[in-house]
Amino acid sequence: MMRRILPLALLLLAAPATAQDRSPGLSGNLPAGAPEVQAPVPEVGDGRGGQPAGQPPATTEQAPPTGAPAPAVAPVAPAAQPARPAPATDALRGEISAEELGLQRALQGGRIEGRITIPDRQAASLIQPEGREWRVFHNRTLAWTGGIAVLGMLGVLALFYLVRGRIRIESGWSGRSLLRFDLLERANHWMVASSFIVLALSGLNLTFGRYLLLPLIGPEAFTALSHYGKLAHNFLAFPFTLGLVVMLLLWVRDNLPNRIDLAWLRAGGGFLGRGHPAAERFNAGQKLVFWITVLGGGLVAASGFVLLFPFAVTDIGGMQWAQRIHGILSVLMIAAMLGHIYIGTLGTEGAYEAMGSGRVDYNYAKEHHSLWVDEELAKARETVAPPGGARVAGAD
Amino acid sequence: MARLKFLCDADRCIECNACVTACKNENEVPWGINRRRVVTINDGKPGERSISMACMHCTDAPCAAVCPVSCFYGTADGLVLHDKDLCIGCGYCFYACPFGAPQYPRVGNFGGRGKMDKCTYCAGGPQADNSAVEYAQYGANRLAEGKLPLCAEMCSTKALLAGDGEIIAAIYKERVQRRGYGSGAWGWRTAYKEGLAV
Ligand code: HEM
Ligand code: SF4
Ligand code: SF4
Repeated sequence: MMRRILPLALLLLAAPATAQDRSPGLSGNLPAGAPEVQAPVPEVGDGRGGQPAGQPPATTEQAPPTGAPAPAVAPVAPAAQPARPAPATDALRGEISAEELGLQRALQGGRIEGRITIPDRQAASLIQPEGREWRVFHNRTLAWTGGIAVLGMLGVLALFYLVRGRIRIESGWSGRSLLRFDLLERANHWMVASSFIVLALSGLNLTFGRYLLLPLIGPEAFTALSHYGKLAHNFLAFPFTLGLVVMLLLWVRDNLPNRIDLAWLRAGGGFLGRGHPAAERFNAGQKLVFWITVLGGGLVAASGFVLLFPFAVTDIGGMQWAQRIHGILSVLMIAAMLGHIYIGTLGTEGAYEAMGSGRVDYNYAKEHHSLWVDEELAKARETVAPPGGARVAGAD
Repeated sequence: MARLKFLCDADRCIECNACVTACKNENEVPWGINRRRVVTINDGKPGERSISMACMHCTDAPCAAVCPVSCFYGTADGLVLHDKDLCIGCGYCFYACPFGAPQYPRVGNFGGRGKMDKCTYCAGGPQADNSAVEYAQYGANRLAEGKLPLCAEMCSTKALLAGDGEIIAAIYKERVQRRGYGSGAWGWRTAYKEGLAV
């Protein structure tokens, strides 16, 4: 232990003072603003005599710069103190090793890490004040963001429904339908959707359950629920992620943004006025939902897997960030998906069938996806009458 | 009522790890879990210090604040204990704890965390004092027998102090006065929101 040997060496050799020599009352010799060499940790109480509690080392300026000893506040009389190294002069004090300065800088209220003799590398982190910020994030930022996003979205949707009502098929049901999503597309959509809902509920339970559910059902039942919620959250992560990948492969071609989307957005998507702007298979709003799902969901999944395998790829700071990204994006996605669910069911007449039976009404399709219908009809004609092939009389 | 705290006098700690061993033995802490550990900073360089660290039983404990199932409870002595029957092993207390105190047995799937384990200040858990079930889940309840945590009682240099905050602070202050130096009460400002005037 270096620091026990050094004061001795100092006595014998009068070597340049290092951080080790220090006695109560000596602080008065420090020039104002001189780095306080002894205490390696600013966040701990200062070990020097006569300093008030909670003073970070930098406050040595408070000591009189005249060279007079700092007034001893402590009850122990100076006379009772054993002999110790002669007070170092300012000149000696000036020689602080680079390591010592580096140490002080590293310890300015930050993370303190060291060496540990047990295999658990996380244990080498002695103090991580970042936990405080993470606590504020989890208990305030996330809870408030999530609460406002989810309740706010519900409020907006309710208001929209009251003002605008259900968007009807203006020309009524035609009775004819065309295929919009095949079985694979629908099965994949529902795999993603159902796992998303369970992931969302079990996740929200971790954020809000202790305030909303725990007082209602009591600690034992709440723990049982949260335990199964955690298991569900852990396992459903896999079908959710698989579904995202399949979704990307199936639909990315029809979701690339283009000029038609600009016109659609400029026209307010048909939500505000009457009439529908032209759209291909997916309109700009649906493309937005697609990209929120794929990119947002991708990030949620990636950060989720970091959380799922604790410390496999990162340290405590990285885990905290993964949790932050996961929590915030999740609640924002939940809000976005509430909008998506509203539009796909209650909000738009004829929309749900697309993911239900897979077939949508012809009039619905013409109103919401005019360009797609044209394309589908052209394709249908082609199959009936292949260009260049023998034309069957009366086939059209 | 006393306010029980830990204080590690880093200028005395010789990194012998007796506290770590005492804790493991007294509480039959499972393999892979360390309720107490000794961290050496600046190993081999000027300013080297070793600090024995475990749960500090914080004031306004961060772990309790973030626990999604609210399984922590405070005792009249200021200890922060938890109910393992309620813990779901989510790992949040580890993210919030400044001292890396919560530990998790590896059970179940993936990196699966089991029920959190941490220093109890040798005060057991919510079950009946010194019952077999309490011992199996939390280890010894020395406090109920009027004894202090074994880590501090075992410490050969008396670097690690346990007991009422004011008393151990006074002991430490007196030491610093006598010997003329002391790097302070490590973690006190973080844990108890107060430094230690010496
Ligand atoms: C796709 C892969 C996903 C993985 C691997 C994953 C994993 C995790 C993990 C490990 C946790 C920490 C708690 C625990 O262990 O239960 C967590 C929390 C959470 N997850 Fe997920 N998750 C995923 C998807 C989602 C989705 C899609 C949502 C929401 C729609 C979501 C919402 C949440 C929320 C709200 C929390 C709690 C955050 C907090 O209270 O701080 N997760 N997730
Ligand atoms: S040291 Fe960590 S586990 Fe112990 S009371 Fe403080 S925050 Fe909780
Ligand atoms: S691991 Fe257990 S004690 Fe820690 S926050 Fe999660 S449920 Fe609470």
